[in-house]
Amino acid sequence: MNKIGVGLLLGAVLGALDGATAWFTPEVRAGIAGIIVGSTIKGMIAGFAAGWFARRVQSVAAGVLFGLAVGAILAGIIVALQHGQHALAIMLPGSCVGAIVGWATQRYGVLPKENNGVAGQSHRTI
Amino acid sequence: MTWLSDDAVVRLRDAAVRPELEGTRYTIVREIARGGVGIVYEADDHELKRRVALKVIAKEHRREADLIAALEHPGIIPIHDAGTLPDGRAYYVMKLVRGTNLSEMTSLSMRDALRILIRVCESLAFAHARGVVHRDVKPSNVMVGEFGEVLLMDWGVAIAGTPGYMPHESERTPQSDVFSLGVMLRDFVAGQNAPRRLRAIVAKATANEPAARYATARELADDLTRFLDDQPVAAYPENAIDAVARWLIRNRALVAIVAAYLIMRIVVLLIWQR
Repeated sequence: MNKIGVGLLLGAVLGALDGATAWFTPEVRAGIAGIIVGSTIKGMIAGFAAGWFARRVQSVAAGVLFGLAVGAILAGIIVALQHGQHALAIMLPGSCVGAIVGWATQRYGVLPKENNGVAGQSHRTI
Repeated sequence: MTWLSDDAVVRLRDAAVRPELEGTRYTIVREIARGGVGIVYEADDHELKRRVALKVIAKEHRREADLIAALEHPGIIPIHDAGTLPDGRAYYVMKLVRGTNLSEMTSLSMRDALRILIRVCESLAFAHARGVVHRDVKPSNVMVGEFGEVLLMDWGVAIAGTPGYMPHESERTPQSDVFSLGVMLRDFVAGQNAPRRLRAIVAKATANEPAARYATARELADDLTRFLDDQPVAAYPENAIDAVARWLIRNRALVAIVAAYLIMRIVVLLIWQR
């Protein structure tokens, strides 16, 4: 599986699990289905971005930081849509999910084969 | 009678052994190193206008040049030329490596030292596969070049090897070189808090019985590579606790992020439920 695929899959799973933790908060339990769907989509977007980044930059630290930033931005958008409600409860774990996906896309997934642009050229001797 | 000073005696001796290179394309610049079987000089190659290393050896050690010439590997110094001096001694000309001798590199991290040792193992594995045993593997025979290249020098001419780096058995085999590599490894990790897995690699490489050592330098290189990658090593059969500890260390970034996530979730829940 390529890195974007790893990011999408893991982002979806972790996003869904992260959304499911809302069940422990009675006041939002009624809307848990919507939360899970929204969190899954958020995880997939973060995963896609992290996978795209991992194809360009091969560094676990940079991948984790990028995932953290993307997770924080996406969670921040959701907080903004909710007029700032539950800001910490959404942003902190959301950033962590982004960081985990960032780590995983650096560690796993296949990079696209490099094209060196020299078609048909093999070894040369002088 | 006039007594010569020690300095004068040394200069006279140097002049006496200084090779006569007239008629060749080389001129001696300075002496670089002196060993049991020869002297290495820095020399000028007039034809190609470059500095080279020129080693002068006794005629009976000429096979050193033949040995190295047959070993074409990035970890073995390439030979450019060879010949015989008017006094009967042999010489051969090599690439002049500008860099640092491993024995002089005192501030190496353990991981860097292991990476260098892996490169030495690879050179030896290549030579062993062609039936050549080095017989004198030690830090002062390893050069780290200015571009990071690791080169093993002084091939196949040592008669007795260097005390401390040689195993007790008299026959020199690839396992003798593995033992010497093990001693180098032991020296690298001495005084450091080396993990048990690495200590096990040292113990296996320096086992008294050749059969108990790594069969090849390649096997030692593979185990060191696995150690650096936090993978299980052949020298250390680990139990379940060791395996879990190794996995946690290998994936410490993930463990830290997941732990941070769980702590945040718990804190958020506790705050919410108040």
